Amino acid sequence: MIERIRENQFSQLILAHLKETIREPGVLFWGIIFPILMSLGLGIAFTQKSDSIRKVAIIDDSTRVQLPVGKKLLISDFLKNNQAKNVIDPHYKNCRQITIRDDKLGNLSVLFLTMAWEEAMVKLKQGELNLVLMEKNGQLEYHFDPLNPDAQLTYLKLSKFISRPGTQVSENTDMIVPMTLKGTRYIDFLIPGLMAMGVMMSSMWGISYNIIDKRSKKLLRRMVATPMKKTAFLSALITVRTGMNFIESVLLFIFAALVFHISIQGSIPALFLIFIAGNIAFAGLAVFISSHTRNTEVGNGLINVVVMPMMILSGIFFSYHNFPDWSITVIKNMPLTMLADGIRSIFTEGAGLTQIAIPAMILSGGGIILFIAGLKMFRWH
Amino acid sequence: MNKQAITEVIDVWKSFKTVQAVRGISMRIQPGEFLALLGPNGAGKTTLVEMIEGIQKPDKGEIYIEGKSWNGNEKELQNIIGISLQETHFIDKLTVAETLMLFASFFRLDRGRVNEIIEMTGLEEKRKSYVVNLSGGQRQRLALGIALLNKPKLLLLDEPTTGLDPNARREVWEILRKLKKDTGTSLILTTHYMEEAEQLCDYVMIIDHGQVLREGSLHQLLRDGNDDMMIEFTLNSPFPEGLDHSLDFNIQWDDNSRKAIAFVKNIETDLLRLLSFLREHDLQPGNLIWRKKTLDDLFTTLTGRHLND
Repeated sequence: MIERIRENQFSQLILAHLKETIREPGVLFWGIIFPILMSLGLGIAFTQKSDSIRKVAIIDDSTRVQLPVGKKLLISDFLKNNQAKNVIDPHYKNCRQITIRDDKLGNLSVLFLTMAWEEAMVKLKQGELNLVLMEKNGQLEYHFDPLNPDAQLTYLKLSKFISRPGTQVSENTDMIVPMTLKGTRYIDFLIPGLMAMGVMMSSMWGISYNIIDKRSKKLLRRMVATPMKKTAFLSALITVRTGMNFIESVLLFIFAALVFHISIQGSIPALFLIFIAGNIAFAGLAVFISSHTRNTEVGNGLINVVVMPMMILSGIFFSYHNFPDWSITVIKNMPLTMLADGIRSIFTEGAGLTQIAIPAMILSGGGIILFIAGLKMFRWH
Repeated sequence: MNKQAITEVIDVWKSFKTVQAVRGISMRIQPGEFLALLGPNGAGKTTLVEMIEGIQKPDKGEIYIEGKSWNGNEKELQNIIGISLQETHFIDKLTVAETLMLFASFFRLDRGRVNEIIEMTGLEEKRKSYVVNLSGGQRQRLALGIALLNKPKLLLLDEPTTGLDPNARREVWEILRKLKKDTGTSLILTTHYMEEAEQLCDYVMIIDHGQVLREGSLHQLLRDGNDDMMIEFTLNSPFPEGLDHSLDFNIQWDDNSRKAIAFVKNIETDLLRLLSFLREHDLQPGNLIWRKKTLDDLFTTLTGRHLND
């Protein structure tokens, strides 16, 4: 009996797909290790505040300007007051550093570099400098790109101290209360996104590329010249992928739970449901886009066209709420956004089946429609 | 005909965007018969075979296998034919046994049949090797093994030995010869190696530009006009046209290879006459050889090209 099941074409197709997948060493790395490394890297980068350094240029034309009697140079005064340290830097002859202490938001070190106007402009354009300071007739001018948040922040912090000569630089942060609640950290935002992205990437590449590759090698043509059932071939491929995606997500979750103490606050059956729906959606999409081409490079392009916009727009790494209002409706209806938001709401907002039902239905319905459409125009030869 | 043909092809045509691949070919194959479609690359052999395999549909004409057309009988016909396509790649990281088991499952066959095939194709030692690590010859034997899984009544092999070294080619031929001896399988084989057609097949169809140029048994084709021996030699200057009118055979001059070719009936007498004829006209033959006429020679006389060009 067991032998009969093993010899059944569906089981044989599953075995074949599974073996060809796990025998490729890259699969282990890209499917399992890479997402874990990414969560580790991004998680650490965005959860631990380290000292940040800002570079500020001071324009050296004090020699040319005649100072009115009694006026002091604001900048040199400021530097002297705060016991600026001389720092040896191979690139700049005159380099001094002041550190603004802040135990809640992280210390900010400012490097003051003296240079000519032209040089400062070049470095500002290259992004090496945040801010350029120039004194004109006893007035201090701040030159920076107002659209650059880093430059703005440096300006706000510095101007506060320079305009009040004599004050010591230290932040009064009594009214700041850092959030340490579970579910509000960046890593809590990131892990569900990475899971959703993992499902998308591995379905799109695993299914689409596999189909196109077999078509270009004429293996599909050979297989359909036998009494093989076409739907058995495709459903075995999808089943194997879904299983692999499940294992990959579980491993990522275990890692995140151990290292970042992440937890699932909502319903596990809901999580399972949205996960399956996401797999159906991307499997359908993968079959659809790979239904026609037999050229693996065209296939690469097609997969990228589908995958790239979603990776950028769907709020995997950063929230999409900063995009223009008109685009948010579109973004919210992308399959990756639906899947990522769905998983995230279960992880961090404690969502259950009722909140998940509609996106899960849309995802699986869309996937099934795409699968059927793809199968209709599927080119086996 | 009294016997039912295993395959019957009636005036089949097929064209693609830019080429007319097959232009009115008909054929009939009896059970157990081995037929070769011999022709250069681009002659239309693959298109013809793929139409018989049901992979492509003819524009015009009819194809019957065991009296049934592909239309509506797909699953049934797929079960009685075995095919090997030109250059199929199987799954790289599956072993020989796993690949055979996968295809066996499509025909609802069991492990026992897989073992028989492994033995038949001499792949015992490679049973657990990944397909990607097989040599060209082993890969072709695997493809042949897959084609034989379902004990087909009609086997269709598209260039089964192209690109193989002579040893590997002979191993494939050995399997097919044994098959011919032990089973009643019919074979349609495409090739551009005349030796392959000569070694394996009872019946040869020479195809070029989608049409049959000549067909018949090997014997019939090579006895064509009774001149079945060929003499070939070089000369310092081109053979003067019309000079051979005193001989009862023709001498053809090929300007590219700077060779003269003569087809003769009786080598013992005709060779002596040729030599004295050349001496009379003060012509010095070099590199003189004589041999049996081959299908390639026949193809060259029909088209002015060689099979492997």
